[in-house]
Amino acid sequence: MIHFENVTKRYPGGHEGLSNTSFHITPGEMVFLTGHSGAGKSTLLRLIGLLERCTRGQVRVGGRNLAKIKRSQVPYHRREVGMIFQDHRLLNDRTVFDNVAMPLVVAGLRHQEISRRVHASLDKVGLLNRERVYPITLSGGEQQRVGIARAVVSKPPVVLADEPTGNLDPTLSQEIMDLFSQFNQVGVTLLIATHDLELISNMGKRILTLSHSRLMRDTAASRS
Amino acid sequence: MNRQHLNTWLLRHLQVALASLGRLCRAPLATLMTAAVIGIALALPTGMHVALSNVQQLAGGWDGTATLSLFLKQEVDEKQAMQLANRLRAHPQLATVQLIDPDLALEEFQRLSGFEGALQALKKNPLPTVLVIEPHPQQSTPEAAEALLAEFNQLTEVDFTQLDLQWVRRFHAITEIAQRGVMVIGLLLGLAVLLIIGNTIRLEIQNRRSEIEITKLIGGTDAFIRRPFLYNGFWYGLSGGILAWLLVTLSLWALNEPVERLAGLYHSEFDLSAIDGQTLGFLLLGSTLLGLFGSWIAVGRHLSSIEPS
Ligand SMILES: Nc1ncnc2c1ncn2[C@@H]1O[C@H](COP(=O)(O)OP(=O)(O)OP(=O)(O)O)[C@@H](O)[C@H]1O
Ligand SMILES: [Mg+2]
Repeated sequence: MIHFENVTKRYPGGHEGLSNTSFHITPGEMVFLTGHSGAGKSTLLRLIGLLERCTRGQVRVGGRNLAKIKRSQVPYHRREVGMIFQDHRLLNDRTVFDNVAMPLVVAGLRHQEISRRVHASLDKVGLLNRERVYPITLSGGEQQRVGIARAVVSKPPVVLADEPTGNLDPTLSQEIMDLFSQFNQVGVTLLIATHDLELISNMGKRILTLSHSRLMRDTAASRS
Repeated sequence: MNRQHLNTWLLRHLQVALASLGRLCRAPLATLMTAAVIGIALALPTGMHVALSNVQQLAGGWDGTATLSLFLKQEVDEKQAMQLANRLRAHPQLATVQLIDPDLALEEFQRLSGFEGALQALKKNPLPTVLVIEPHPQQSTPEAAEALLAEFNQLTEVDFTQLDLQWVRRFHAITEIAQRGVMVIGLLLGLAVLLIIGNTIRLEIQNRRSEIEITKLIGGTDAFIRRPFLYNGFWYGLSGGILAWLLVTLSLWALNEPVERLAGLYHSEFDLSAIDGQTLGFLLLGSTLLGLFGSWIAVGRHLSSIEPS
């Protein structure tokens, strides 16, 4: 599903965010990405979502070589990749419903279909009763769940999360991880960057460890 | 299938257009201010154009008929003037000769002009006796009229003469220059409107930066992100055009009464005409296009620089 072949990302100024990295994630896999601060985790995720383009090497997602995707085609690629961020990136002047509906509105779905899918997605993250409130009135964990609902509402085959539990206490973090596991069980490919080794160590999933822009270790899943 | 496609496409545009209108209405003061600036900028050339076409319409009535005015010397009395008028009526090349009595002229002027007090202070009627002469139509070519003028200048009773044709010609030349001027001013102010709308949209883009970033993040195309801003420009342009129309109509309404009184002074039935349909159509279409174009430029310049990180 996600192929990296000798991928290097050099930022303007010469600093390499990612150096000569190769790996392969199969469809339906759930993979964690760890490493010290500045190791290149966000860079790697941004390359998959085409927020950045690689300097050398090849990134393929769902069989498509991302280097071949023109600027005008980037939005269609992003619809296939749900993205979740530590800072949620919700719009505070729109209700929870409207925030979650955004990917469907952008894709041009009909009103009833949007309503149906948003409700299903909010139901999955347990926020169905909060659809009319504004994100600012929600707790950090709830806001993160709204962000997750938005990322999965259009049922993308790939979901990326960049430190989704960064600001949450262990219980809430565990809840979020359980949510991801549920998505994974219905076939979504997940790549989750996190610092929280303790949280992921007992989940038994595959872990990619980055260090100084390079892939240091690829720990296979201990159970499937 | 295709028809359904078209319908959903139209529906979506309508939604965006109304959403944009709603957003603008939720900040009525800011919207009104932008629309007012555009309206005033457009009212200026529009008002000038309307005034000019009124003046041209007025002049159009005079076209072709050369009228000669003979201003008689002050010492020529009423009887002498009558005799001269009768003599001229026998002139084979003249169609009509009208004698304007200075006393009647003064009285009427007092009545209509509102300068009663000032005029009563005068000891003596300053107005001369005037003979207004219209040559036969075949004689009203500029050359023939000039010849007649030279002939009448020789008359001992005549102080000076005036050929209105000349005046009409000069007047035409002046209105032509004025028309050019209006065009230049129109172009400059149109450019100003373009900049105003461009700048307004630029600020809106900056204010909605995070919204744009997030929309790009979840797969919004450039066209999707551009659309609400284009509709904003559309509404700004249209409302500015409507305001300009209101401003010009109000100004004409305010001018109408004094103009009517002035026209009365000249025995004219002249009535200020309002903005005609063509001008109104051009104004609204032009302002809307300026709005769309201005926002198009702003969006093109600033939207691509906003990328999610
Ligand atoms: N836009 C950028 N321009 C220049 N250098 C960048 C940019 N983004 C990241 N970097 C550099 O690339 C390296 C990798 O950054 P990245 O954000 O991928 O790290 P990270 O693993 O996500 O770190 P953290 O855990 O702190 O989020 C860092 O040294 C960083 O300074
Ligand atoms: Mg990071």
